[in-house]
Amino acid sequence: MPKSPSSIRSLADYKEFQRRMCSVLFRPLTTTDEMQHQWSDGTSVSEFVESFVKPNDRLTSFERLEIYNRQYWFRALDSMSEDFPGLCALLGQKKFHALSVAYLTEHQSASWTLRNLGSRLPQFIEDNPQLTKPKTAMAQDMTRFEWAQILAFDEARLAPLEGDGLLGSDAAIMRLGLQPYLSLLELHYEVDEFALALKKNEQSMRSGASNALNEASKPVASKRVKAPNKRKIWLVVHRFHNSVYYKRLEREGFLMLGALRDGLSVAAAVEHALADANAEEDWASKIKMWFENWASLGWFCRPQTRNSKSKLTP
Amino acid sequence: MPANPHNGQTEYGIGIGLRVPHYRHILDKKPVVDWFEIISENFMVDGGRPLEVLDSILEQYRVVQHGVSMYFGSADPLDRDHLKKLKRLVKRTNTPWLSDHLCWGSVDGRFTHDLLPMPYTMSVAKHTASKIRQAQDFLEVPICVENVSSYAEFHQSDMSEWEFLSEVAERADCGILLDVNNIYVSSQNHSFDPLDYVRQVPHHRVGQMHIAGHSKLEKYILDTHDSRVIDPVWAIYAEAIKLCGPTATLLEWDASIPSFDEVHDEALKANRFIQDHAKVAV
Repeated sequence: MPKSPSSIRSLADYKEFQRRMCSVLFRPLTTTDEMQHQWSDGTSVSEFVESFVKPNDRLTSFERLEIYNRQYWFRALDSMSEDFPGLCALLGQKKFHALSVAYLTEHQSASWTLRNLGSRLPQFIEDNPQLTKPKTAMAQDMTRFEWAQILAFDEARLAPLEGDGLLGSDAAIMRLGLQPYLSLLELHYEVDEFALALKKNEQSMRSGASNALNEASKPVASKRVKAPNKRKIWLVVHRFHNSVYYKRLEREGFLMLGALRDGLSVAAAVEHALADANAEEDWASKIKMWFENWASLGWFCRPQTRNSKSKLTP
Repeated sequence: MPANPHNGQTEYGIGIGLRVPHYRHILDKKPVVDWFEIISENFMVDGGRPLEVLDSILEQYRVVQHGVSMYFGSADPLDRDHLKKLKRLVKRTNTPWLSDHLCWGSVDGRFTHDLLPMPYTMSVAKHTASKIRQAQDFLEVPICVENVSSYAEFHQSDMSEWEFLSEVAERADCGILLDVNNIYVSSQNHSFDPLDYVRQVPHHRVGQMHIAGHSKLEKYILDTHDSRVIDPVWAIYAEAIKLCGPTATLLEWDASIPSFDEVHDEALKANRFIQDHAKVAV
Protein backbone atom coordinates (compact mmCIF):
# COMPACT_ATOMS: atom_id res chain seq x y z
CA MET A 1 0.00 0.00 0.00
CA PRO A 2 1.58 3.35 -1.03
CA LYS A 3 2.09 5.68 1.91
CA SER A 4 0.35 8.97 2.50
CA PRO A 5 2.01 12.15 1.13
CA SER A 6 4.53 13.38 3.70
CA SER A 7 3.31 16.95 3.33
CA ILE A 8 0.06 18.43 2.07
CA ARG A 9 0.66 21.38 -0.23
CA SER A 10 -2.03 20.84 -2.84
CA LEU A 11 -5.54 19.52 -3.25
CA ALA A 12 -4.08 16.45 -4.96
CA ASP A 13 -1.91 15.74 -1.89
CA TYR A 14 -4.91 16.21 0.34
CA LYS A 15 -7.12 13.87 -1.66
CA GLU A 16 -4.41 11.23 -1.61
CA PHE A 17 -4.10 11.65 2.17
CA GLN A 18 -7.86 11.08 2.56
CA ARG A 19 -7.81 8.05 0.26
CA ARG A 20 -5.02 6.49 2.31
CA MET A 21 -6.83 7.07 5.57
CA CYS A 22 -10.07 5.65 4.19
CA SER A 23 -8.25 2.59 2.91
CA VAL A 24 -7.73 1.74 6.58
CA LEU A 25 -11.09 2.88 7.92
CA PHE A 26 -13.12 0.88 5.41
CA ARG A 27 -11.28 -2.38 6.17
CA PRO A 28 -13.38 -4.72 8.34
CA LEU A 29 -12.40 -5.25 11.95
CA THR A 30 -11.01 -8.56 13.18
CA THR A 31 -13.27 -11.04 14.97
CA THR A 32 -12.25 -9.35 18.23
CA ASP A 33 -13.19 -5.91 16.89
CA GLU A 34 -9.63 -4.73 16.39
CA MET A 35 -8.07 -3.02 13.39
CA GLN A 36 -6.36 -5.48 11.07
CA HIS A 37 -2.58 -5.62 11.55
CA GLN A 38 -1.62 -6.62 8.01
CA TRP A 39 -2.53 -5.70 4.47
CA SER A 40 -3.49 -8.53 2.13
CA ASP A 41 0.12 -8.63 0.83
CA GLY A 42 1.38 -9.21 4.38
CA THR A 43 2.88 -5.77 4.92
CA SER A 44 2.38 -3.93 8.20
CA VAL A 45 -0.59 -1.65 8.72
CA SER A 46 1.16 -0.11 11.75
CA GLU A 47 4.04 1.05 9.61
CA PHE A 48 1.63 2.51 7.09
CA VAL A 49 -0.40 4.37 9.73
CA GLU A 50 2.75 5.72 11.41
CA SER A 51 3.48 7.63 8.22
CA PHE A 52 0.61 10.03 8.88
CA VAL A 53 -0.84 9.57 12.40
CA LYS A 54 1.20 10.85 15.35
CA PRO A 55 1.45 8.66 18.43
CA ASN A 56 1.09 10.22 21.89
CA ASP A 57 2.21 9.21 25.38
CA ARG A 58 -0.74 6.82 25.79
CA LEU A 59 -1.62 5.52 22.34
CA THR A 60 0.34 4.35 19.31
CA SER A 61 -0.48 5.67 15.85
CA PHE A 62 -2.22 2.37 15.15
CA GLU A 63 -4.37 2.61 18.29
CA ARG A 64 -5.41 6.17 17.53
CA LEU A 65 -6.62 5.33 14.04
CA GLU A 66 -8.22 2.16 15.35
CA ILE A 67 -10.69 4.35 17.29
CA TYR A 68 -11.99 5.68 13.95
CA ASN A 69 -11.91 2.27 12.29
CA ARG A 70 -14.12 0.91 15.07
CA GLN A 71 -16.46 3.89 15.02
CA TYR A 72 -17.00 3.47 11.29
CA TRP A 73 -17.86 -0.20 11.52
CA PHE A 74 -19.96 0.02 14.68
CA ARG A 75 -22.01 2.83 13.18
CA ALA A 76 -22.51 1.11 9.82
CA LEU A 77 -23.37 -2.25 11.37
CA ASP A 78 -25.81 -0.62 13.81
CA SER A 79 -27.51 1.05 10.89
CA MET A 80 -27.87 -2.27 9.07
CA SER A 81 -29.38 -3.90 12.19
CA GLU A 82 -31.85 -1.06 12.59
CA ASP A 83 -32.91 -1.14 8.95
CA PHE A 84 -33.16 -4.93 8.54
CA PRO A 85 -34.33 -6.39 11.87
CA GLY A 86 -36.46 -9.02 10.12
CA LEU A 87 -33.57 -10.21 7.99
CA CYS A 88 -31.44 -10.40 11.13
CA ALA A 89 -34.09 -12.50 12.86
CA LEU A 90 -34.41 -14.74 9.83
CA LEU A 91 -30.69 -15.40 9.41
CA GLY A 92 -29.61 -15.17 13.04
CA GLN A 93 -27.17 -12.62 14.46
CA LYS A 94 -23.99 -14.36 13.36
CA LYS A 95 -24.97 -14.86 9.74
CA PHE A 96 -26.51 -11.41 9.50
CA HIS A 97 -23.31 -9.87 10.84
CA ALA A 98 -21.21 -11.76 8.29
CA LEU A 99 -23.58 -10.71 5.50
CA SER A 100 -23.47 -7.08 6.60
CA VAL A 101 -19.67 -7.03 6.77
CA ALA A 102 -19.41 -8.59 3.30
CA TYR A 103 -21.97 -6.15 1.91
CA LEU A 104 -20.36 -3.06 3.44
CA THR A 105 -16.92 -4.18 2.31
CA GLU A 106 -18.12 -4.31 -1.28
CA HIS A 107 -20.54 -1.39 -1.06
CA GLN A 108 -19.29 1.44 1.10
CA SER A 109 -21.86 4.11 1.72
CA ALA A 110 -22.34 6.23 -1.39
CA SER A 111 -24.74 8.71 0.16
CA TRP A 112 -24.51 11.51 2.72
CA THR A 113 -27.33 9.82 4.63
CA LEU A 114 -27.18 6.42 6.33
CA ARG A 115 -30.80 5.99 5.30
CA ASN A 116 -29.57 4.76 1.91
CA LEU A 117 -26.93 2.38 3.27
CA GLY A 118 -28.96 -0.77 2.52
CA SER A 119 -30.22 0.26 -0.91
CA ARG A 120 -28.03 -2.26 -2.71
CA LEU A 121 -28.56 -5.14 -0.28
CA PRO A 122 -31.34 -6.89 -2.24
CA GLN A 123 -29.11 -7.12 -5.32
CA PHE A 124 -26.08 -8.10 -3.21
CA ILE A 125 -27.98 -11.03 -1.71
CA GLU A 126 -29.02 -12.15 -5.16
CA ASP A 127 -25.43 -11.93 -6.39
CA ASN A 128 -23.97 -13.70 -3.34
CA PRO A 129 -26.36 -16.53 -2.47
CA GLN A 130 -23.70 -18.41 -0.49
CA LEU A 131 -23.95 -15.79 2.27
CA THR A 132 -27.59 -16.57 3.04
CA LYS A 133 -28.04 -20.21 2.04
CA PRO A 134 -30.17 -22.19 2.62
CA LYS A 135 -32.54 -19.24 3.14
CA THR A 136 -31.52 -17.13 0.15
CA ALA A 137 -34.96 -16.80 -1.43
CA MET A 138 -36.51 -15.99 1.93
CA ALA A 139 -33.76 -13.47 2.67
CA GLN A 140 -34.29 -11.80 -0.70
CA ASP A 141 -37.99 -11.38 0.01
CA MET A 142 -37.40 -10.08 3.52
CA THR A 143 -34.77 -7.59 2.35
CA ARG A 144 -36.99 -6.21 -0.40
CA PHE A 145 -39.85 -5.97 2.09
CA GLU A 146 -37.75 -4.08 4.66
CA TRP A 147 -36.21 -1.76 2.06
CA ALA A 148 -39.74 -0.96 0.85
CA GLN A 149 -40.60 0.08 4.42
CA ILE A 150 -37.67 2.50 4.46
CA LEU A 151 -38.97 4.07 1.25
CA ALA A 152 -42.52 4.18 2.57
CA PHE A 153 -41.35 6.01 5.68
CA ASP A 154 -40.05 9.19 4.07
CA GLU A 155 -40.38 9.17 0.28
CA ALA A 156 -42.35 11.99 -1.29
CA ARG A 157 -46.13 12.16 -1.27
CA LEU A 158 -47.60 13.86 -4.31
CA ALA A 159 -51.06 15.41 -4.37
CA PRO A 160 -53.38 12.41 -4.33
CA LEU A 161 -56.15 12.03 -6.88
CA GLU A 162 -59.43 11.56 -5.05
CA GLY A 163 -62.07 9.13 -6.25
CA ASP A 164 -64.27 11.95 -7.51
CA GLY A 165 -61.48 13.14 -9.76
CA LEU A 166 -61.42 9.78 -11.49
CA LEU A 167 -65.12 9.65 -12.26
CA GLY A 168 -66.22 10.33 -15.78
CA SER A 169 -62.75 10.01 -17.27
CA ASP A 170 -62.28 7.87 -20.34
CA ALA A 171 -60.54 4.68 -19.14
CA ALA A 172 -59.10 4.13 -22.59
CA ILE A 173 -56.92 7.22 -22.33
CA MET A 174 -56.77 7.96 -18.60
CA ARG A 175 -53.39 7.31 -16.98
CA LEU A 176 -52.67 7.27 -13.27
CA GLY A 177 -49.43 7.47 -11.36
CA LEU A 178 -48.67 5.80 -8.05
CA GLN A 179 -47.21 7.57 -5.04
CA PRO A 180 -43.38 7.49 -4.86
CA TYR A 181 -43.58 6.05 -1.32
CA LEU A 182 -45.51 3.01 -2.53
CA SER A 183 -43.76 -0.27 -3.42
CA LEU A 184 -45.29 -3.26 -5.18
CA LEU A 185 -43.71 -6.56 -4.16
CA GLU A 186 -44.29 -9.99 -5.64
CA LEU A 187 -42.92 -12.33 -2.99
CA HIS A 188 -42.51 -16.07 -2.61
CA TYR A 189 -42.70 -16.19 1.17
CA GLU A 190 -45.15 -14.76 3.68
CA VAL A 191 -42.64 -12.35 5.14
CA ASP A 192 -45.42 -9.98 6.19
CA GLU A 193 -46.80 -12.62 8.56
CA PHE A 194 -43.29 -13.29 9.80
CA ALA A 195 -42.78 -9.58 10.51
CA LEU A 196 -46.05 -9.36 12.40
CA ALA A 197 -45.17 -12.43 14.47
CA LEU A 198 -41.78 -10.93 15.28
CA LYS A 199 -43.37 -7.66 16.27
CA LYS A 200 -45.78 -9.44 18.52
CA ASN A 201 -43.08 -11.54 20.13
CA GLU A 202 -40.29 -9.08 20.40
CA GLN A 203 -41.97 -5.68 20.22
CA SER A 204 -38.88 -4.52 18.39
CA MET A 205 -39.78 -4.37 14.74
CA ARG A 206 -39.98 -0.77 13.76
CA SER A 207 -41.99 1.08 11.19
CA GLY A 208 -39.38 3.48 9.94
CA ALA A 209 -35.93 4.01 8.62
CA SER A 210 -32.65 4.60 10.38
CA ASN A 211 -31.28 8.08 10.66
CA ALA A 212 -34.84 9.20 11.03
CA LEU A 213 -37.43 9.55 13.67
CA ASN A 214 -38.69 6.36 15.19
CA GLU A 215 -37.44 4.75 18.33
CA ALA A 216 -34.20 2.89 17.79
CA SER A 217 -34.93 -0.79 17.51
CA LYS A 218 -32.91 -3.52 19.05
CA PRO A 219 -31.59 -6.39 16.95
CA VAL A 220 -34.10 -9.18 16.91
CA ALA A 221 -32.80 -12.57 17.96
CA SER A 222 -35.86 -14.70 17.81
CA LYS A 223 -35.89 -18.42 17.53
CA ARG A 224 -39.46 -18.56 18.69
CA VAL A 225 -40.88 -17.22 15.46
CA LYS A 226 -41.33 -19.81 12.75
CA ALA A 227 -39.70 -19.06 9.41
CA PRO A 228 -42.07 -17.60 6.79
CA ASN A 229 -44.29 -20.05 4.91
CA LYS A 230 -43.58 -20.57 1.25
CA ARG A 231 -46.53 -19.06 -0.54
CA LYS A 232 -46.70 -16.51 -3.30
CA ILE A 233 -48.09 -13.17 -2.15
CA TRP A 234 -48.61 -9.77 -3.76
CA LEU A 235 -47.91 -6.97 -1.34
CA VAL A 236 -48.16 -3.20 -1.32
CA VAL A 237 -45.98 -1.36 1.18
CA HIS A 238 -47.30 2.16 1.64
CA ARG A 239 -47.88 5.05 4.02
CA PHE A 240 -51.12 6.34 5.44
CA HIS A 241 -51.37 9.29 7.83
CA ASN A 242 -47.56 9.12 7.99
CA SER A 243 -47.46 5.57 9.33
CA VAL A 244 -46.04 2.67 7.32
CA TYR A 245 -48.42 -0.15 6.40
CA TYR A 246 -48.44 -3.20 4.18
CA LYS A 247 -51.40 -4.74 2.49
CA ARG A 248 -51.87 -7.91 0.50
CA LEU A 249 -53.52 -7.71 -2.89
CA GLU A 250 -55.05 -10.24 -5.21
CA ARG A 251 -52.81 -11.06 -8.14
CA GLU A 252 -55.03 -9.18 -10.59
CA GLY A 253 -55.07 -6.05 -8.46
CA PHE A 254 -51.30 -6.19 -8.15
CA LEU A 255 -50.85 -6.56 -11.91
CA MET A 256 -53.20 -3.67 -12.51
CA LEU A 257 -51.26 -1.31 -10.23
CA GLY A 258 -47.98 -2.41 -11.79
CA ALA A 259 -49.32 -1.70 -15.25
CA LEU A 260 -50.53 1.74 -14.18
CA ARG A 261 -47.11 2.50 -12.75
CA ASP A 262 -45.60 1.38 -16.05
CA GLY A 263 -47.69 4.00 -17.83
CA LEU A 264 -50.53 1.98 -19.33
CA SER A 265 -53.97 3.54 -19.53
CA VAL A 266 -56.56 2.32 -17.03
CA ALA A 267 -58.30 0.25 -19.70
CA ALA A 268 -55.04 -1.31 -20.87
CA ALA A 269 -54.02 -2.01 -17.26
CA VAL A 270 -57.29 -3.80 -16.60
CA GLU A 271 -56.91 -5.80 -19.78
CA HIS A 272 -53.35 -6.72 -18.84
CA ALA A 273 -54.36 -7.75 -15.32
CA LEU A 274 -57.27 -9.92 -16.42
CA ALA A 275 -55.51 -11.67 -19.30
CA ASP A 276 -55.34 -14.97 -17.39
CA ALA A 277 -58.10 -14.31 -14.86
CA ASN A 278 -61.02 -16.53 -14.05
CA ALA A 279 -63.79 -15.38 -16.36
CA GLU A 280 -66.49 -16.38 -13.88
CA GLU A 281 -65.55 -13.71 -11.34
CA ASP A 282 -67.48 -10.42 -11.21
CA TRP A 283 -64.45 -8.37 -12.13
CA ALA A 284 -66.38 -5.17 -12.83
CA SER A 285 -67.62 -4.92 -9.23
CA LYS A 286 -64.29 -5.97 -7.83
CA ILE A 287 -62.28 -3.47 -9.84
CA LYS A 288 -64.68 -0.68 -8.91
CA MET A 289 -64.25 -1.56 -5.24
CA TRP A 290 -60.45 -1.75 -5.56
CA PHE A 291 -60.21 1.63 -7.23
CA GLU A 292 -62.40 3.24 -4.57
CA ASN A 293 -60.26 1.71 -1.84
CA TRP A 294 -56.94 2.61 -3.44
CA ALA A 295 -58.07 6.16 -4.13
CA SER A 296 -59.23 6.54 -0.52
CA LEU A 297 -55.77 5.44 0.62
CA GLY A 298 -54.28 8.20 -1.54
CA TRP A 299 -52.27 5.84 -3.74
CA PHE A 300 -53.05 7.56 -7.05
CA CYS A 301 -51.38 10.73 -8.24
CA ARG A 302 -50.68 12.31 -11.58
CA PRO A 303 -48.27 10.21 -13.62
CA GLN A 304 -44.73 11.51 -13.39
CA THR A 305 -42.97 11.95 -16.67
CA ARG A 306 -39.36 12.92 -17.23
CA ASN A 307 -40.22 16.56 -17.77
CA SER A 308 -42.91 16.41 -15.07
CA LYS A 309 -45.55 17.55 -17.56
CA SER A 310 -48.09 14.99 -16.55
CA LYS A 311 -51.71 14.89 -17.42
CA LEU A 312 -54.62 12.74 -16.47
CA THR A 313 -55.52 12.51 -20.10
CA PRO A 314 -53.02 12.83 -22.96
CA MET B 1 -21.29 38.13 21.12
CA PRO B 2 -24.97 38.63 21.86
CA ALA B 3 -25.86 39.30 18.25
CA ASN B 4 -23.50 39.26 15.28
CA PRO B 5 -23.57 38.65 11.53
CA HIS B 6 -22.73 34.99 12.13
CA ASN B 7 -25.90 34.19 14.05
CA GLY B 8 -28.13 36.36 11.92
CA GLN B 9 -28.03 39.24 14.45
CA THR B 10 -30.14 37.22 16.87
CA GLU B 11 -29.97 37.06 20.64
CA TYR B 12 -30.91 33.46 21.30
CA GLY B 13 -30.41 32.07 24.78
CA ILE B 14 -30.17 28.46 25.95
CA GLY B 15 -31.47 25.75 23.64
CA ILE B 16 -31.52 21.97 23.56
CA GLY B 17 -31.30 19.40 20.80
CA LEU B 18 -34.61 18.12 19.45
CA ARG B 19 -34.49 14.36 20.01
CA VAL B 20 -36.98 11.58 19.28
CA PRO B 21 -37.61 10.43 22.89
CA HIS B 22 -38.83 13.94 23.75
CA TYR B 23 -41.21 14.47 20.82
CA ARG B 24 -44.34 13.38 22.65
CA HIS B 25 -43.53 15.48 25.71
CA ILE B 26 -42.78 18.59 23.64
CA LEU B 27 -45.83 18.32 21.43
CA ASP B 28 -48.20 17.51 24.31
CA LYS B 29 -46.83 19.69 27.11
CA LYS B 30 -45.38 22.54 25.05
CA PRO B 31 -42.64 23.35 27.57
CA VAL B 32 -41.01 26.77 27.48
CA VAL B 33 -37.73 26.41 25.59
CA ASP B 34 -35.89 29.31 23.99
CA TRP B 35 -34.96 27.35 20.88
CA PHE B 36 -34.33 23.86 19.53
CA GLU B 37 -31.41 22.69 17.47
CA ILE B 38 -32.33 20.08 14.85
CA ILE B 39 -30.03 17.75 13.00
CA SER B 40 -30.63 18.92 9.44
CA GLU B 41 -30.10 15.50 7.87
CA ASN B 42 -32.99 13.99 9.86
CA PHE B 43 -35.35 16.32 8.04
CA MET B 44 -33.76 16.46 4.58
CA VAL B 45 -36.33 13.97 3.34
CA ASP B 46 -39.10 14.22 0.79
CA GLY B 47 -42.05 13.39 3.04
CA GLY B 48 -43.49 11.39 5.89
CA ARG B 49 -43.51 11.75 9.63
CA PRO B 50 -40.20 13.64 10.00
CA LEU B 51 -41.59 16.67 8.23
CA GLU B 52 -44.93 16.40 10.02
CA VAL B 53 -43.14 16.53 13.38
CA LEU B 54 -40.91 19.37 12.25
CA ASP B 55 -43.86 21.46 11.11
CA SER B 56 -45.56 20.96 14.47
CA ILE B 57 -42.40 22.07 16.27
CA LEU B 58 -42.04 25.09 13.99
CA GLU B 59 -45.53 26.24 14.91
CA GLN B 60 -44.41 26.65 18.53
CA TYR B 61 -40.65 27.11 18.62
CA ARG B 62 -37.59 28.73 17.08
CA VAL B 63 -35.33 26.19 15.40
CA VAL B 64 -31.67 26.32 14.38
CA GLN B 65 -30.22 23.80 11.96
CA HIS B 66 -27.08 21.81 12.73
CA GLY B 67 -25.61 19.52 10.10
CA VAL B 68 -23.35 16.50 10.20
CA SER B 69 -22.59 15.75 6.56
CA MET B 70 -21.51 18.85 4.67
CA TYR B 71 -17.86 17.83 5.12
CA PHE B 72 -16.27 21.18 4.34
CA GLY B 73 -12.92 19.50 4.89
CA SER B 74 -13.34 16.75 2.31
CA ALA B 75 -11.16 17.18 -0.77
CA ASP B 76 -14.22 16.38 -2.90
CA PRO B 77 -16.32 19.36 -4.02
CA LEU B 78 -19.63 20.16 -2.34
CA ASP B 79 -22.53 17.89 -3.28
CA ARG B 80 -25.05 20.04 -5.18
CA ASP B 81 -27.93 17.67 -4.52
CA HIS B 82 -27.20 17.80 -0.80
CA LEU B 83 -27.05 21.59 -0.86
CA LYS B 84 -30.36 21.86 -2.71
CA LYS B 85 -32.07 19.67 -0.11
CA LEU B 86 -30.47 21.69 2.67
CA LYS B 87 -31.65 24.95 1.15
CA ARG B 88 -35.18 23.60 0.89
CA LEU B 89 -35.03 22.87 4.62
CA VAL B 90 -33.58 26.31 5.39
CA LYS B 91 -36.59 27.86 3.71
CA ARG B 92 -38.90 25.64 5.75
CA THR B 93 -37.30 26.37 9.14
CA ASN B 94 -36.20 29.98 8.61
CA THR B 95 -33.10 29.15 10.61
CA PRO B 96 -31.23 32.41 11.30
CA TRP B 97 -27.91 30.62 10.88
CA LEU B 98 -26.82 27.04 10.37
CA SER B 99 -23.83 25.08 11.49
CA ASP B 100 -21.78 22.09 10.44
CA HIS B 101 -18.40 20.69 11.40
CA LEU B 102 -14.85 21.58 10.54
CA CYS B 103 -13.97 18.08 9.45
CA TRP B 104 -13.93 15.70 6.54
CA GLY B 105 -15.85 12.46 6.12
CA SER B 106 -15.90 11.32 2.52
CA VAL B 107 -13.60 10.78 -0.43
CA ASP B 108 -14.34 9.80 -4.01
CA GLY B 109 -18.05 9.67 -3.18
CA ARG B 110 -17.61 7.12 -0.37
CA PHE B 111 -18.86 8.21 3.04
CA THR B 112 -17.57 7.34 6.51
CA HIS B 113 -20.47 9.07 8.32
CA ASP B 114 -17.91 10.26 10.83
CA LEU B 115 -16.45 13.66 11.72
CA LEU B 116 -12.82 13.04 10.84
CA PRO B 117 -10.02 15.38 11.92
CA MET B 118 -8.06 17.27 9.31
CA PRO B 119 -4.36 17.90 8.80
CA TYR B 120 -3.87 21.55 9.76
CA THR B 121 -2.05 23.10 6.81
CA MET B 122 -2.49 26.36 4.92
CA SER B 123 -3.43 24.59 1.69
CA VAL B 124 -6.17 22.61 3.47
CA ALA B 125 -7.41 25.77 5.21
CA LYS B 126 -7.72 27.57 1.86
CA HIS B 127 -9.60 24.69 0.27
CA THR B 128 -11.96 24.34 3.24
CA ALA B 129 -12.65 28.08 3.43
CA SER B 130 -13.47 28.13 -0.25
CA LYS B 131 -16.08 25.40 0.21
CA ILE B 132 -17.65 27.19 3.18
CA ARG B 133 -17.91 30.40 1.12
CA GLN B 134 -19.58 28.49 -1.72
CA ALA B 135 -22.08 26.90 0.67
CA GLN B 136 -22.80 30.22 2.38
CA ASP B 137 -23.40 31.93 -0.96
CA PHE B 138 -25.70 29.18 -2.16
CA LEU B 139 -27.67 28.78 1.06
CA GLU B 140 -27.99 32.51 1.70
CA VAL B 141 -27.74 32.05 5.45
CA PRO B 142 -24.77 32.57 7.80
CA ILE B 143 -22.72 29.45 8.50
CA CYS B 144 -20.93 28.66 11.75
CA VAL B 145 -18.28 25.92 11.65
CA GLU B 146 -17.88 23.73 14.69
CA ASN B 147 -14.59 22.45 16.08
CA VAL B 148 -14.78 18.64 16.43
CA SER B 149 -13.45 16.39 19.16
CA SER B 150 -10.65 14.19 17.87
CA TYR B 151 -8.55 11.17 18.70
CA ALA B 152 -5.74 11.51 16.17
CA GLU B 153 -3.25 14.15 15.05
CA PHE B 154 -1.24 14.12 11.85
CA HIS B 155 2.44 14.55 11.05
CA GLN B 156 1.45 16.71 8.11
CA SER B 157 -0.08 19.44 10.32
CA ASP B 158 1.95 22.60 10.61
CA MET B 159 -0.32 24.72 12.81
CA SER B 160 -2.44 24.22 15.93
CA GLU B 161 -6.12 23.40 15.73
CA TRP B 162 -7.16 26.85 16.95
CA GLU B 163 -4.85 28.53 14.45
CA PHE B 164 -6.40 26.41 11.72
CA LEU B 165 -9.97 27.17 12.85
CA SER B 166 -9.17 30.89 12.95
CA GLU B 167 -7.54 30.79 9.52
CA VAL B 168 -10.53 29.01 7.98
CA ALA B 169 -13.08 31.29 9.63
CA GLU B 170 -11.27 34.45 8.56
CA ARG B 171 -10.75 33.25 4.99
CA ALA B 172 -14.37 32.05 4.67
CA ASP B 173 -15.71 35.07 6.56
CA CYS B 174 -17.92 32.66 8.46
CA GLY B 175 -18.92 32.16 12.07
CA ILE B 176 -17.69 29.67 14.64
CA LEU B 177 -19.75 27.26 16.67
CA LEU B 178 -17.44 26.89 19.63
CA ASP B 179 -17.95 23.46 21.20
CA VAL B 180 -16.31 23.76 24.59
CA ASN B 181 -16.78 20.08 25.37
CA ASN B 182 -14.96 19.20 22.15
CA ILE B 183 -12.15 21.54 23.14
CA TYR B 184 -11.88 19.75 26.47
CA VAL B 185 -11.98 16.27 24.90
CA SER B 186 -9.31 17.14 22.34
CA SER B 187 -7.16 18.92 24.93
CA GLN B 188 -7.08 15.76 27.01
CA ASN B 189 -6.44 13.52 24.00
CA HIS B 190 -3.72 15.76 22.55
CA SER B 191 -2.31 17.34 25.72
CA PHE B 192 -2.87 21.03 25.17
CA ASP B 193 -4.31 23.74 27.42
CA PRO B 194 -7.99 24.23 26.53
CA LEU B 195 -7.86 27.84 27.66
CA ASP B 196 -5.15 28.57 25.07
CA TYR B 197 -7.67 27.41 22.49
CA VAL B 198 -10.54 29.51 23.82
CA ARG B 199 -8.40 32.62 24.17
CA GLN B 200 -6.96 32.50 20.68
CA VAL B 201 -9.97 32.04 18.42
CA PRO B 202 -11.55 35.19 16.93
CA HIS B 203 -14.24 35.88 19.52
CA HIS B 204 -16.21 38.23 17.30
CA ARG B 205 -16.92 35.28 15.00
CA VAL B 206 -18.44 33.00 17.65
CA GLY B 207 -22.13 32.75 16.81
CA GLN B 208 -23.05 29.77 18.98
CA MET B 209 -21.62 27.43 21.60
CA HIS B 210 -22.11 23.76 22.39
CA ILE B 211 -21.82 22.08 25.76
CA ALA B 212 -22.07 18.32 26.37
CA GLY B 213 -20.95 15.36 28.43
CA HIS B 214 -18.37 12.73 27.42
CA SER B 215 -16.87 9.42 28.56
CA LYS B 216 -13.45 9.04 30.13
CA LEU B 217 -11.81 5.80 29.05
CA GLU B 218 -8.52 4.39 30.23
CA LYS B 219 -6.29 6.05 27.63
CA TYR B 220 -8.46 8.68 26.00
CA ILE B 221 -11.73 10.56 26.24
CA LEU B 222 -14.59 9.67 23.92
CA ASP B 223 -17.13 12.31 22.93
CA THR B 224 -20.34 10.43 23.71
CA HIS B 225 -22.91 13.14 24.58
CA ASP B 226 -24.44 10.75 27.07
CA SER B 227 -24.08 12.51 30.42
CA ARG B 228 -24.02 15.80 32.30
CA VAL B 229 -21.49 18.52 31.63
CA ILE B 230 -18.51 18.15 33.96
CA ASP B 231 -17.00 21.05 35.94
CA PRO B 232 -13.83 21.44 33.84
CA VAL B 233 -16.04 21.92 30.76
CA TRP B 234 -18.15 24.49 32.61
CA ALA B 235 -14.90 26.29 33.46
CA ILE B 236 -13.98 26.48 29.77
CA TYR B 237 -17.51 27.65 29.02
CA ALA B 238 -17.21 30.39 31.66
CA GLU B 239 -14.00 31.63 30.03
CA ALA B 240 -15.59 31.48 26.58
CA ILE B 241 -18.60 33.51 27.73
CA LYS B 242 -16.27 36.00 29.40
CA LEU B 243 -14.42 36.50 26.12
CA CYS B 244 -17.29 36.24 23.65
CA GLY B 245 -20.19 37.65 25.65
CA PRO B 246 -23.55 35.95 26.21
CA THR B 247 -23.84 33.56 23.26
CA ALA B 248 -26.58 31.22 22.04
CA THR B 249 -25.76 27.95 23.78
CA LEU B 250 -26.93 24.44 23.11
CA LEU B 251 -26.66 21.31 25.24
CA GLU B 252 -26.07 18.13 23.22
CA TRP B 253 -27.38 14.94 24.83
CA ASP B 254 -27.64 12.21 22.19
CA ALA B 255 -27.31 8.86 23.98
CA SER B 256 -28.78 7.46 27.21
CA ILE B 257 -31.15 10.39 26.93
CA PRO B 258 -32.97 11.16 30.20
CA SER B 259 -36.30 12.95 30.58
CA PHE B 260 -36.90 16.22 28.80
CA ASP B 261 -36.87 18.13 32.09
CA GLU B 262 -33.55 16.66 33.15
CA VAL B 263 -31.93 17.64 29.84
CA HIS B 264 -33.45 21.10 29.92
CA ASP B 265 -32.40 21.70 33.56
CA GLU B 266 -28.83 20.72 32.70
CA ALA B 267 -28.82 23.13 29.77
CA LEU B 268 -30.20 25.98 31.86
CA LYS B 269 -27.18 25.73 34.18
CA ALA B 270 -25.42 27.70 31.47
CA ASN B 271 -27.47 30.73 32.52
CA ARG B 272 -25.38 30.93 35.67
CA PHE B 273 -22.29 31.83 33.64
CA ILE B 274 -24.18 34.17 31.36
CA GLN B 275 -25.59 36.03 34.38
CA ASP B 276 -22.15 36.17 36.02
CA HIS B 277 -20.84 37.75 32.85
CA ALA B 278 -23.65 40.31 32.86
CA LYS B 279 -22.75 41.29 36.47
CA VAL B 280 -19.10 41.74 35.54
CA ALA B 281 -20.08 43.75 32.46
CA VAL B 282 -22.19 46.09 34.63
